[in-house]
Amino acid sequence: MCLSIPSKVVEIDECNMATVDTMGIKRHVSLDLIADEIHIGDYILIHVGFAMNKIDEEEALQSLELYREMLEAMEEEERRQVIESDDNCENRTQA
Amino acid sequence: MSELQLKDLYDGFRDPDVIKALAKSIIDEAKHLKEPLKLMEVCGGHTHTIMKYGLKQLLPDRIDFIHGPGCPVCIMPKERIDHAITLAQMSDTILLTLGDMIRVPGSKSSLAVERANGYDIRALYSPLDALRIARENPDKKVVFFAIGFETTTPMTAALLELVEKQGITNLYFHINHVLVPPAVDAIMADGQAKINAFIGPAHVSVISGAKIYQPLPEKYSTPVVVSGFEPIDVLQSILMIVRQKNEARCEMEIQYSRSVTLEGNTKAQEMIEKFMEPRVHFRWRGIGDIPYSALALKAQYAAYDAEKIFADILPTEPIDDHKLCICGTILKGLAKPNDCQVFGTACTPNTPMGSCMVSSEGACNAYYRYGAIK
Repeated sequence: MCLSIPSKVVEIDECNMATVDTMGIKRHVSLDLIADEIHIGDYILIHVGFAMNKIDEEEALQSLELYREMLEAMEEEERRQVIESDDNCENRTQA
Repeated sequence: MSELQLKDLYDGFRDPDVIKALAKSIIDEAKHLKEPLKLMEVCGGHTHTIMKYGLKQLLPDRIDFIHGPGCPVCIMPKERIDHAITLAQMSDTILLTLGDMIRVPGSKSSLAVERANGYDIRALYSPLDALRIARENPDKKVVFFAIGFETTTPMTAALLELVEKQGITNLYFHINHVLVPPAVDAIMADGQAKINAFIGPAHVSVISGAKIYQPLPEKYSTPVVVSGFEPIDVLQSILMIVRQKNEARCEMEIQYSRSVTLEGNTKAQEMIEKFMEPRVHFRWRGIGDIPYSALALKAQYAAYDAEKIFADILPTEPIDDHKLCICGTILKGLAKPNDCQVFGTACTPNTPMGSCMVSSEGACNAYYRYGAIK
C-alpha cells in the first residue's frame, strides 16, 4: 500500500483534483489534504488516490548529492567503472 | 534550479554501487558496536524493502532485523473481519475496503470467499471511489470498511467530509484505523523483544510528523531514524543508527527529509481530529488489547457509523488465531516467519492461515516471496 514515487502535477481542475504523471502513467488524485497551494510542475507524494504532501525538490537533490559524494569516496578505478556502467544504466532508456 | 528528473531519483535510490558503498560503510562502523543491534523496522513497507533487496545479507550478523507490527492488514483481529463479512451479508449491501483486506481469513471465512459466494464486495484503489459507488447505487447500503495507520486515516476523513458536503445518506463507515506509537509502546512494555533501535515509518510520519516518535529515545534509550522506503534510504538510516550507537547518542533523526517534517501535514491532522477520537480498547491480532491504540467516529457522526447503526447484528466475542499460526509472536518481534511450523507448507500467500502471509507488507509474505533468511 505504500508507494513513494514522486508524481508531477500536470493539471488541476475546479474540484481540487489534480492530474499527475507518475513515471509516465497519468492518474487523477485529490488535493483535499494539502494546505499549501499546489502548482503545475510541483512534485507530490500520493497514497490511495490522495496527495499526502509536496516533495521538496531541494531536499531530494540534497539526498542525491550525498550519494554522489559517496561515489566520489570510492577508489578512482572503481568509480570509473560505476560511472561507465551508469551511462549504460537500463533505467535510463526506459523512462 | 535544475529540474528534478524522476529517473535521477530512482537511479539514485536503487543504484547497486551506492548500495554496496553504503553497506561497506555500515560494516566498517558496525565493528565498533558495543552490543549487537536489534533493530525494529516498525513498518511493513520497510520489511518489504529489506527482503526484496536482500539488505540483511549485505550487513554483518551483528545487525538483526526485528519485523514490527506496521501492517494494517496483519494486525486486524478475526472478530473485525467477521464484522466486515456480517455487514457484506446484509440485504442490498455493497461492502468496500482496500486491497489485501479482502483475503484475510476471519473466524470461518474471508471477504474473498464471500465475494465468490455472490455477495457484493469490492476492493477499492482509493476511498474516493466509495462516493461514486454510493451515488450509483442509491437503493443500496454501501459500507466502507476503513483500514490503515495514520497514513490512510486522513483519506477516510476527507471522504467523510465529501459525504457530509454532498448529502450522501447511504454510505456508512466501519472504522479500523490504528496508531503506531501505542503499538510500539505495547511491544516495548512487553520487554521480551530486546529491541535497541527503531527505523521509524515513512508515510505515517508524512502525515503525523516525526514528532510522534520523539518520546521513544527518552523512554527506551533507543535511537529512532525515520526512513524512506528505497533500499538506499533504509541503508542510510541503518548507518545513522550505527553512528548514534557508536557516539553514545539516543535521538530521533529524520533520514527521509525529502518528505517528512517534524510537524507533518497539519491539515490532514485537523481533518482526522474533526471526525475521529481514540477508542478506549482495540484488540490487535496476536498482540491483544492495546488501550487508545485505534480510532472511532465521534458521537456526532453516529449517523455514518456502521458499528453503531448495525450494532445488533455485529458479533462482539474476541476470536484468537489458529493455534499453529505464530503471527502474533512475529508481530511482537519475538519470532521470525521461518520459525513457524506451517510457514511455506500449510500457510502460503495462496492459502494464508495467518494475516502476516496475506498482505504484501506482512513479514511472512515477504519472506516467502523473496526467500526466507535465517
